Amino acid sequence: MKVTIDGIAIDVEPGTTILNAARQIGGDIVPPAMCYYSKLKDSGGKCRTCLVKVSKGSEKDPRPMPKLVASCRTTVMDGMEVQNITSPEVLEARKGIVEMLLVNHPLDCPICDQAGECDLQNLSYGHGVAKTRYEFDRRTFEKIDIGDKIQLHMTRCILCYRCVFTADQITDHRIHGILNRGDHSEISTYIQAAVDNDFSGNVIDVCPVGALTDRTFRFKNRVWFTKPVDAHRDCDHPGCNGKVTLWYKGEEVLRVTARKDQYGEVEEFICNTCRFDKKKTSDWVIDGPRHISNKSVINANHYDFVPLPVVKTNPVLIEANKEQFERDTRL
Amino acid sequence: MARKLLLTNINVPGINTFDVYRANGGYASVEKALKTMSPDEIVEEVKKSGLRGRGGAGFPTGMKWSFLAKPEGVARYLVCNADESEPGTFKDRYLMTYIPHLLIEGMIVASFALGAKTSYIYVRGEMMPQIRILEKAIAEAKNKGFLGKNILGTGYDLELYVQPGGGAYICGEETALLESLEGKRGNPRIKPPFPAIAGLYGCPTVVNNVESIAAVVPIINEGGEEYAKIGIGRSTGTKLISAGGNVKNPGVYEIDLGLPVEEFLYSDEYCGGIANGKRLKAVVAGGSSVPILPANLFLKTINNEPRLMSYESLADGGFVSGTMLGSGGFIAYDEDQCIVRNTWNFTRFYHHESCGQCSPCREGTGWMEKVLHRLEHGHGKLSDMDLLVDVSKKIEGNTICPLGDAAAWPVASAIRHFRDEFEWHVTNGAEAVTRNFGLAHYADPLPKKEETVA
Repeated sequence: MKVTIDGIAIDVEPGTTILNAARQIGGDIVPPAMCYYSKLKDSGGKCRTCLVKVSKGSEKDPRPMPKLVASCRTTVMDGMEVQNITSPEVLEARKGIVEMLLVNHPLDCPICDQAGECDLQNLSYGHGVAKTRYEFDRRTFEKIDIGDKIQLHMTRCILCYRCVFTADQITDHRIHGILNRGDHSEISTYIQAAVDNDFSGNVIDVCPVGALTDRTFRFKNRVWFTKPVDAHRDCDHPGCNGKVTLWYKGEEVLRVTARKDQYGEVEEFICNTCRFDKKKTSDWVIDGPRHISNKSVINANHYDFVPLPVVKTNPVLIEANKEQFERDTRL
Repeated sequence: MARKLLLTNINVPGINTFDVYRANGGYASVEKALKTMSPDEIVEEVKKSGLRGRGGAGFPTGMKWSFLAKPEGVARYLVCNADESEPGTFKDRYLMTYIPHLLIEGMIVASFALGAKTSYIYVRGEMMPQIRILEKAIAEAKNKGFLGKNILGTGYDLELYVQPGGGAYICGEETALLESLEGKRGNPRIKPPFPAIAGLYGCPTVVNNVESIAAVVPIINEGGEEYAKIGIGRSTGTKLISAGGNVKNPGVYEIDLGLPVEEFLYSDEYCGGIANGKRLKAVVAGGSSVPILPANLFLKTINNEPRLMSYESLADGGFVSGTMLGSGGFIAYDEDQCIVRNTWNFTRFYHHESCGQCSPCREGTGWMEKVLHRLEHGHGKLSDMDLLVDVSKKIEGNTICPLGDAAAWPVASAIRHFRDEFEWHVTNGAEAVTRNFGLAHYADPLPKKEETVA
């Protein structure tokens, strides 16, 4: 199926969503996504940051779609034409969505463990406005520890439902979910039951903001001071293949996460033993340093540095310039 | 006096019981449909009648029925949406309370037309008395052989269930209703797939409003073409309007679509004018989610033609100078009502009822409510009006379900038409908490349309 996104045509499989087609093209035309997670079925459609304009429905039915559509849940049709960054309407709507997402977000990045690898932070730098027009109190919640390894800081949550889908699809039973509705809805375990099963730690990785954080890493360090290294071990847990990223500070492994791709999505989910219990280098076989895009703040202090060309003084040029200058200023 | 189709026998004592209803010609359509018509003929008849969904969107019911996917070996469902929670609308509750058998009769015919073996009536949780009434009526109909196995010896089986909801406005959105009916959290689904393809339990489903289903009964009894003669243009048939607010005779009225709004509002047969001899200031024509209009624009369209109670005429002028028929929740405001307070009240409702699934509606409704609260209590700023319009624009059309639109329209339209009043609330903040703005120029005749000289 042929689909054109911002003037770039690509052939994709039937059933591909617009977002995935854009990801196959790559580059600036990929809409940002806060709630969609390619590894989780049924995710997406909620945050509305990936809205795009369909200016031509398909070859058969060339009418444009009346509203902006969520690209993560809209499948492509043959001959579809999509506008993302070429449509001012989309950019305006996206700016609005980012502002809405930040309305009840505490913006406590300076004390948030997620800062530096936070999807919302990236999104608001990339697509938001510098100043908020919101002048009221933001909703707040108490922090709760769900289990001994995970802390839930609901105040930061943007209700993407990713962790709910994770618990549904990765773990054998889900005991947390959404309570209440509207802007006072919250992720909760109801009577603060502990989230306790072998894959529960993955909710930390899928959380796009700092609402679910690793208690073993809390306030240990900023992510951009740590050094990511790919490693693996023979994990005896079925369903976990032990491929992880270790985050080093000096000699010490501060935390273990799953390996994330360029869209911040994990490549494979890992079990809690790998994540929380194996924090010695001797537990792991090191595969090599993890490549981090040089646009990421995690790459601070170790940029891929290209030295600037050194300008040498050229006596011939200086002489020529002097003659030119004198000629032009004589009159 | 216009002819009534739905509420013909509403004043017959004991019409809520099966025997009286049957003696007054009830269940004739079931006999006619099941014994002499095929399901496709019924759908065709409904299509011919031009009946449009009475729940608010006005989508042709016959079309909706014909879109229903009919794969072999998969159950189909008919769900009646009785989750009526729009502020200002109470027609379905009235219908269910006083003639429950009309709804059940319509359900049997419609289920037969769609080939549904199990049908549900999803009733809003607060309407417990109506749920009891419906359950009693279903038991009566079952006793007489109109429900259950082998109805009237035709070999058609139908089970009808009443399901109380939890009392959430969002569950009136059809996919949220289906989620709730399945026992899940009432979050609207992302469309497509539409319920006609994958609805309740993943099976093809039709969701219809109470009044749409009840209207099937006169359509079958008299024929679709006969029904289509009532009304005007593409707005055919009769419509229940629940009149409320500052009218002399509030209540549920059955009108022929195409009735002039002036007649509806001022004649003694219907609302009887504004209560206490006051003057009309503004009207919400179809339940809280449609744009509010000032008196002058409501009675006349922008071209100075009288406005009629029909889908097209009320929408004349688009959102600039028109509104929508919506679900028929007619609210009139007299000169002593404050539009700012009313808008705040509506927004408070939408803030409370937003499901919290998608971000523009979840955060935007709360934001608008806070700004309007500030305006109403005299602490507003002049920039707030532009802020509200901007926020409502950012919500409108960017959400999963129409609740976002419904929350945005009343705010945007109130500021469009009543900006003076909003500004007065800012400039005279202290005065605004003690008295109201009054009628101002909102009932002045519209300026003559300028003739362009060729």
